[in-house]
Amino acid sequence: MMAVSDLQTSRAGDSAGHDLLEVSMGPHHPSTHGVFRMNVVLDGETVVKLSPVFGYLHRNHEKIAEKNSYLASIPYTDRLDYICSMTNNWAYVLSVEKLTGLAVPERAEYIRVIVGELTRLFNHACLAGFLLQDMGALGTPLMYAFREREKILDLFESLSGARMMCNYMRFGGCRCDLPDGWLEQAAKTVANFDSFLDHFEALLTGNEIIRARSDGVGVLPAALAINAGVTGPGLRASGVNYDIRKVDKYGIYSRFDFRVPLGERGDVFDRYMVRILEMRQSLKILEAAMRDIPAGAIIDPKAKLRNLRPKAGEAYGRIEGPKGELGFYLISDGSATPYRFRIRPPSLINLTVLEDMCLGHTIADVVIILGSIDIVLGEVDR
Amino acid sequence: MLGFGIIKGLAETWRNFIGSYYDPARLTTVQYPEQKLPPNENARTIPFLVFDGEDPMAGLRCTACSICAQECPAHCIEIVKDTTKKPDYLGKMQFYPKVFNIDMGVCMACGICAEVCPFDSIKMDRVFELSSHDRGMVLQKSDLAKPNDYFREIHPTEAAAVDAARAEEQRKAEAKKAANPVLAKS
Repeated sequence: MMAVSDLQTSRAGDSAGHDLLEVSMGPHHPSTHGVFRMNVVLDGETVVKLSPVFGYLHRNHEKIAEKNSYLASIPYTDRLDYICSMTNNWAYVLSVEKLTGLAVPERAEYIRVIVGELTRLFNHACLAGFLLQDMGALGTPLMYAFREREKILDLFESLSGARMMCNYMRFGGCRCDLPDGWLEQAAKTVANFDSFLDHFEALLTGNEIIRARSDGVGVLPAALAINAGVTGPGLRASGVNYDIRKVDKYGIYSRFDFRVPLGERGDVFDRYMVRILEMRQSLKILEAAMRDIPAGAIIDPKAKLRNLRPKAGEAYGRIEGPKGELGFYLISDGSATPYRFRIRPPSLINLTVLEDMCLGHTIADVVIILGSIDIVLGEVDR
Repeated sequence: MLGFGIIKGLAETWRNFIGSYYDPARLTTVQYPEQKLPPNENARTIPFLVFDGEDPMAGLRCTACSICAQECPAHCIEIVKDTTKKPDYLGKMQFYPKVFNIDMGVCMACGICAEVCPFDSIKMDRVFELSSHDRGMVLQKSDLAKPNDYFREIHPTEAAAVDAARAEEQRKAEAKKAANPVLAKS
């Protein structure tokens, strides 16, 4: 990073009389969504330079996974993006299934879609709540979002045993079948979610203060988003039609009829709106999946729980997580532990464009731009 | 019209606020610890060891095979095999654990130990008020042992399946013993 004194010398001609100020924002700042630090150089209140500092939550995840068996890594993936443990499980088991060639039974595929889309629902709802909290709407939208999230977490608890650290998917299927009455309960939650979204939007979308704070703030041009490898709602808000559910059609996503919402300008409001529209599409997928789910086995009979030793080779499995492309790259040397275990975390890669979005905005806008990227530090630092 | 969106939003918060007085669905919180929500049947927190019969140490199902210790993602289980054997529920001679410790400070309650256990010995508990004033987080064999009745109480569906499978195995073993008395002696 350029030293503050160098920046000042280079700007000496145009801004005589006032100095630049270097502020270390975080790691314990309530708006950074975890232990994340930004070194911000300010001219008055305007950001001149910003460099993110991370690694405060580094837990050596990849190396631990290379020492553990394939099965033992599943609970660790819960703790990557600790809000969406189900989709993390899914991405990991998908790459191991590619490595070993295990098939997944129909019913398990449907269950995966259902829990994956439920995860997307509450992740986006909470993100909208957190974003509003960053804008100063303390509590209210977030608590409404959390109220709905709690209903989905109750479903996850009765399915997998834990609210957040689900540890539910297994190579070649899922750990256990749906309990009695689970689908009815889930259908009720999904049916209510639509009206919740209507009320949530009545509260937020038309609000003039929110429009004033978010319109034209933190614009991410499509070209930059593509070059930086941004994925997920952040990329689609910039108008790039790229959704791995449509591109890869992993699992059974080719069977569902849903549209990919796109933004136009790529500002904070578009990123918020794309997520709201995505939730509406997720509801459509959920309704179809719960209607069509077949009976049958939930795990491939060839699947082994223990002593999994895939043939030497490599595989990259990726899914459209709520935050973007979540991928696991595995290299097997034929032993019981992976030779290389690499995660492509969407949060970290989406974070790389933070400075480009923040330059020229005020420090209060930095907070909401960071909030609109949707990061979870457990995944950024791993 | 400028300001209309804000008024619409405020109407929404008022609807929620007033609704919380008469609509039970809007009251989503309970006054913990005075009130507690009914526990979920599938909920899991920390592992425990199941024993049959009256004496916890004599009735432990664990055979010290160490599969759970190998598969544990956090490696928080420590097992030392005893040198002698004792008969299990099928009459087979099995080892049993001399030491069985779980470091609850490390355990992440993933449930893999319960999933891989071939003897239905280690299961997941449902207790959650676990804070303590000391560092007594390493639970010994005696702290972990809980009767099968307790397992039946917290996870009725799973316990019924386990009991049925064990009764079936026992019945088969006895039939085999009756058919081949020489084998039974050895």
